[in-house]
Amino acid sequence: MIVLRSQREIEKIRKAGLIVAEILESLKEHIQPGVTTWDLNCLSEELAAKRGASPAFKGYHGYPFALCTSINEQVVHGMPSKHRQLREGDIISLDFGVMVDGYYGDAAITVPVGMIGKEARELCRVTEEALYLGIRQALVRNRLSDISHAIQEYVEAHGFSVVREFVGHGIGTQLHESPQIPNYGPAGKGVMLKPGMVFAIEPMINQGCAEVDILEDQWTAVTVDRKLSAHFEHTIVVTENEPDILTKR
Amino acid sequence: MAKEDVIEVEGTVVETLPNAMFRVELPNGHRILAHISGKMRMHFIRILPGDKVTVELSPYDLSRGRITYRSKS
Repeated sequence: MIVLRSQREIEKIRKAGLIVAEILESLKEHIQPGVTTWDLNCLSEELAAKRGASPAFKGYHGYPFALCTSINEQVVHGMPSKHRQLREGDIISLDFGVMVDGYYGDAAITVPVGMIGKEARELCRVTEEALYLGIRQALVRNRLSDISHAIQEYVEAHGFSVVREFVGHGIGTQLHESPQIPNYGPAGKGVMLKPGMVFAIEPMINQGCAEVDILEDQWTAVTVDRKLSAHFEHTIVVTENEPDILTKR
Repeated sequence: MAKEDVIEVEGTVVETLPNAMFRVELPNGHRILAHISGKMRMHFIRILPGDKVTVELSPYDLSRGRITYRSKS
């Protein structure tokens, strides 16, 4: 069941979304060689506390951290560690969510560490562009899989592949709500979109093959061929007009 | 988020309804409305009350399902 949010609820989700956007922006400014992913996790918790927001991921299905830091071949759910310093040429995905006043916001960005290779830059650009193309399909009277299809088509036209094991999701009073929003599939399937539906759209795009492995920590997802993976995410709401991005400053 | 798959359970058909719909009783006592999968229709597999079947439930609407297999008995 997909919940349609009232204007009042959407404003609450926007409040959470803005905090997520601000925190991701500050984290991005701290990205440089030598910083550990643990530092970033601490910073994210500090910034959330300062704004009276609780980190949404901490404790979710037992996840022990506030932030997901997925470097290079790590697709999603990379765990912050005191022993992992950022190195020049890495790409790191920062996935963060908060709950304020009972409502959730969720977003992710992939950030380069110093100078990165041409292929890595292209991967990040295509992934971000795919996210926006997907969002652009979140229109009234479109169907859910129009979002999925737009993402897949763009990504595969550029020679990259779409991760199947992880999907976008509804969001609102819980971090993950229905529907599931795959980043692949034919157009014109699934429910008809209506104003007030709130989605977290999150393409996870691999440089090589689409398959992923889960490491022994039970969380970290990595590409099977250990090639790079990028991830961008926004929380959006379907409106009568253009979709409204709630995790944007 | 991680993709969640459909839930598969075994059940017993208790009633046949029009339009290839069936009332299926699950081991937990719940009765759900189930339709028959396209493949089973193509192969003209008949389902009668009392048959043991495999049903896929949608995680979103646990009162409806899709019959994907009729056990041979």
